[in-house]
Amino acid sequence: MKVAIVQFKPRKGDVAANFAELQRHFAQIAAAEPAYELVVLPEAAMTGYFLEGGVYELAIAAADFAAKVAATWHAAAGGRGVDVVAGFYENAGGTFYNSAAYVQIGPADHRIVHVHRKMFLPTYGVFDEERFLSRGRRLRAFDTRFGRMAVLICEDAWHALLPTLVAIDGARVLIVPSASPGRGLAEGGELESVLQWRSVLRSYAVEHGVFVIYAGLAGFEGGKGMTGSSSVIDPFGNTLVSAPALGAHLLSAELDDAEIDIARARLPLLGDLAAVLPDLLASDAIL
Amino acid sequence: MSALAPLPVIEALPRGVPLGIDPALAATWLEAFLYDELVERRGVRRAVLGLSGGVDSAVVAFLAARALGPANVHAIRLPYRTSSPDSLADAQAVIDALGCAAHTIDISAAVDGYLQYEPEADARRRGNVMARTRMLVLFDQSAKFDALPLGTGNKTERLMGYFTWHADDSPPLNPIGDLFKTQVWQLARYLGVPARIVDKAPSADLEANQTDEGDLGITYLEADRILALMLEGYADAQIVARGFAASDVRLVRARVDGTHWKRHLPTTAMLSNTAINEFYLRPVDY
Repeated sequence: MKVAIVQFKPRKGDVAANFAELQRHFAQIAAAEPAYELVVLPEAAMTGYFLEGGVYELAIAAADFAAKVAATWHAAAGGRGVDVVAGFYENAGGTFYNSAAYVQIGPADHRIVHVHRKMFLPTYGVFDEERFLSRGRRLRAFDTRFGRMAVLICEDAWHALLPTLVAIDGARVLIVPSASPGRGLAEGGELESVLQWRSVLRSYAVEHGVFVIYAGLAGFEGGKGMTGSSSVIDPFGNTLVSAPALGAHLLSAELDDAEIDIARARLPLLGDLAAVLPDLLASDAIL
Repeated sequence: MSALAPLPVIEALPRGVPLGIDPALAATWLEAFLYDELVERRGVRRAVLGLSGGVDSAVVAFLAARALGPANVHAIRLPYRTSSPDSLADAQAVIDALGCAAHTIDISAAVDGYLQYEPEADARRRGNVMARTRMLVLFDQSAKFDALPLGTGNKTERLMGYFTWHADDSPPLNPIGDLFKTQVWQLARYLGVPARIVDKAPSADLEANQTDEGDLGITYLEADRILALMLEGYADAQIVARGFAASDVRLVRARVDGTHWKRHLPTTAMLSNTAINEFYLRPVDY
């Protein structure tokens, strides 16, 4: 599977300008040979992340968002198909979520394969999501034409339990759209928040034998710099490609599904966990 | 080795106060911040700043020159008749080092034009009038040059309330407001700010022989270490237990707790479900 990550740098709240910019990126992606099969965009890519009450003006229904993404792809790529994962603020009949949609786009049509609604809404320090949004209530892996995958949004992926559950549910590719304001200037050449992200993502890839696709939002929002740092990590924990924290970038990687089986055969932690998990869940000592 | 020999002890590193920064990373990040906020978001290619001869405004001038090019940075010296000649000379050293656009506007006539009616004004009031006059000039100069004013207040003086409200803190963009003074010094050395500016005693230069550390009653290094722990959530007793003088901790706590209002917009009476910044919430860049 050939994957593109668009490390997108939106203009805050200017949805039309952002879709115009996305069309430009889609055209670049569609012109590539061999063709890209999956394109991943960050959290809140078409609006910017910090919206406060503006979320009620910019959130849209999942079906409308998917239709706009598909129309933008078709305008850029003509009759070629692709799968797209993108974060957006969702208006579900007056209940608002921080969501990401997996949309399969055909030559002239599209369908929503899955919508994940962010479950862990950071509401501390600089973050204020739960003041404006509701928590997603459901976590599942889902089948795509490239195999079984799962989407976790930003803080969802900071709780080791969630990657574990979706891996148990069969996910072989973990997609993480994110918007992470950078902080921590301690010596070492990289922001501390970026180093922490790398560390947790790599641990999931190795423990569960999954590919991890991390798409980070870029650009400054009211002094808070989003730390891009998009990457693809293979099931052995190797980083196949990564972007710097600053600026918009297009990342490209080829994911070989066979490596998942090889990694899991070499380090069968996921199989071990599947065997022991019923005992763990039944244990009075833990739950 | 004897069977009775004690095991070799491996000590954990002592816990320090984390004030060290990666100055190259900070410079890159802040340069991107200025370019994004000025050029990409606002379409403004020029900046003005008051160049005092001190390290804070020197660092902002260096960062702005990296982000915008020196020709697009208008460094404005704003002396009052009692200002130290050394301040003017140090500011000139920054201008020479950067090759930025430079202007000198003497604020004495403007300040004295008002203060002649207030002969009883004490040093604090006079200093505030000077700071607010400089703010007025900076905003007008920004309109003249189709530029935005840059703030030069650091995190230490913001936390200690050591600034004039709606004067030093008023520019719409401040690249160094989340850096403690000791971190500004680290960044200054990396950026190549002339050493004599980095090494001299910081001063607001509102009165003769004034120094910040004299005004504050504590050194910046000590204040920064205490502030860093305080903001992380350590209680005063826990900070004292780490070896700081109780009197210093009390002094810093009193300055921070007595100046929260200076880090906010004016208090507005709330009367509706749509009160601005209470219910009606939109980010600054929306």
